[in-house]
Amino acid sequence: MSTLIITNLHVTVDTPEGTIEILKGVDLTIESGQTHAIMGPNGSGKSTLAYSIAGHPKYTVTKGSVTLDGDDVLAMSVDERAKAGLFLAMQYPVEVPGVSVTNFLRTAKTAIDGEAPKLRTWVKDVKGAMEDLRMDPSFAERNVNEGFSGGEKKRHEILQMELLKPKFAILDETDSGLDVDALRVVSEGVNRAKQNTNAGILLITHYTRILNYITPDFVHVFIDGKVAEEGGPELAERLETEGYDRYLTTA
Amino acid sequence: MTITTDHSQAKADGTHSHGLVSTPPNKSRASRPHSFDVAQFPMPTGREENWRFSAFKTLTPLFAEEPATGHLEWTTSELPAGVTLADVDSADAVARSVQAPGDRASALAVKLSGGAKVLTIAPGTVVDEPIQITMNGTGGDVRGHVLIESGAGSEATVVIERTGTATYSEFVSVNVGDNAGLNLVMLQLWETDAVHAGEVTARLGRDSRLRGSVVTLGGKVVRLNTTAAFAGEGASVDLFGLYFADSGQHHEHQLFVDHAVANCRSRVTYKGALAGASARTVWIGDVLIRAAAEGTDTYELNRNLILADGARADSVPNLEIETGLIEGAGHASATGRFDDEQMFYLRSRGIPEALARKLVVRGFFADLIHEIGVPAVEAGLLRAIDLELEHVND
Repeated sequence: MSTLIITNLHVTVDTPEGTIEILKGVDLTIESGQTHAIMGPNGSGKSTLAYSIAGHPKYTVTKGSVTLDGDDVLAMSVDERAKAGLFLAMQYPVEVPGVSVTNFLRTAKTAIDGEAPKLRTWVKDVKGAMEDLRMDPSFAERNVNEGFSGGEKKRHEILQMELLKPKFAILDETDSGLDVDALRVVSEGVNRAKQNTNAGILLITHYTRILNYITPDFVHVFIDGKVAEEGGPELAERLETEGYDRYLTTA
Repeated sequence: MTITTDHSQAKADGTHSHGLVSTPPNKSRASRPHSFDVAQFPMPTGREENWRFSAFKTLTPLFAEEPATGHLEWTTSELPAGVTLADVDSADAVARSVQAPGDRASALAVKLSGGAKVLTIAPGTVVDEPIQITMNGTGGDVRGHVLIESGAGSEATVVIERTGTATYSEFVSVNVGDNAGLNLVMLQLWETDAVHAGEVTARLGRDSRLRGSVVTLGGKVVRLNTTAAFAGEGASVDLFGLYFADSGQHHEHQLFVDHAVANCRSRVTYKGALAGASARTVWIGDVLIRAAAEGTDTYELNRNLILADGARADSVPNLEIETGLIEGAGHASATGRFDDEQMFYLRSRGIPEALARKLVVRGFFADLIHEIGVPAVEAGLLRAIDLELEHVND
């Protein structure tokens, strides 16, 4: 059982117009096996939260803490955070020309486990996970994210989640730009990974549609860099009918 | 006919300039002089078009008409039947060169080398194993004249590896006979104080195929000026280049593809990485499609990857077209900084920084390395690039 605790997190980003505070005191606690949905309008800071936890250099944490089972995540380098058990499925995964998916997956697995995976079981694991995500075997020989369609990129992110077995996975708008079929396949992958590893999930989304496939235990509404309201799955249903206007007019 | 100019990925930070800016439109690349007579090449000042990007000061000793006392030690693999390596005297060497030198350094290299080494692949000879030649410098000034002659219908791979150190200028004449196939790989693996200026001129006979790969990792200054000139129809040339410059290194590659006859194909693909604040690279790719060269199909590409602040890569593609009746002509040039987003992506998967950089740079060069077509060289190159990456930013 693991716990990820975010306490009073303040994050700024440097822009040509100056430094802007995007997160203004975020508190959040996630336990293994829990799914937390973070919802909110564009620009509310949802993705900033994801990238700040993962350690993207663009974001500066000015106040607050993030701990994983008591360990200071903010003191870790980007790769140390991954080794500690954090995973970020990105909204816009980056192309890495000349590096095959096979090579990339094996390198990442080796780095995270501290030793190379046993070849036979690894090949089987990769093949099985790809089949489950309805990915063509030829995918493995392609270069990472190069020429991938939107759906292929998201499947590839979830493939990594299934194989790297993180303690906590942050899914940054994994549902954006997916048609219903792809959304179902990707959601099944997330549910499978969670079932297999009892990972905690931080599901960042703009839409409620993915919540038909992945049931959250908690829903947090993000407005202007803070959690404006928290509740159970019923809160998502309310957002579906009412939208975010209610928060924006009172904000 | 298609003509493409793709600078879409070029960064507007002065690391890329367009050929039309750098070459006065009334001065064709073909108008440059060629001669065995050194007097035809006055002492350059460094402001000439062909020297203005060069590490001119360091190259200065190569413009002096003074006897050179050093030599390179040649070691060759066992030569198969039909392949010979011989010494010829100056008169013979000059007569057998496919073209006269195009600058003062190479004209002096011919004049002062006192003859040439000639590697001959007899007509019709087909050699499976690469022919390996190592040229090792033990210091001092060296002038060299080398002839490579692929006889009609022959097929061979020649790997020339330069090691050790020297202040070396050379003129290399490559004669690819009718319907011959030559894979020529030149590896500049000099020690860090070597200075090397080379002119390589290839003549391609009818229906011949030349695959020329240049790899420049070593040396303080390496300047290679390669020309591929089509002499018969139906010929094809692929020129690949890989360079990796660290701080204090200046790697310059000039290329000229002369489409003088019809229905020939050329591809130029050069990629470079720059690591270290004072790393410097220059790539100049000139392609001339003469009026007679109908049906030409040409494309040249240069990509540079800057791994450290302060490094500078110049990339200058030039395309001169004297006939519209061609298959296609295009060039692309781009110089980019090391991509922070790629690094973040890889590191967010647990891959440590040094290994992530290695993956990205290997990936940048991967397709190019696989074009060399000599497995031992390809494997060696991947190892060499890993070694280079171990002292990035030193």
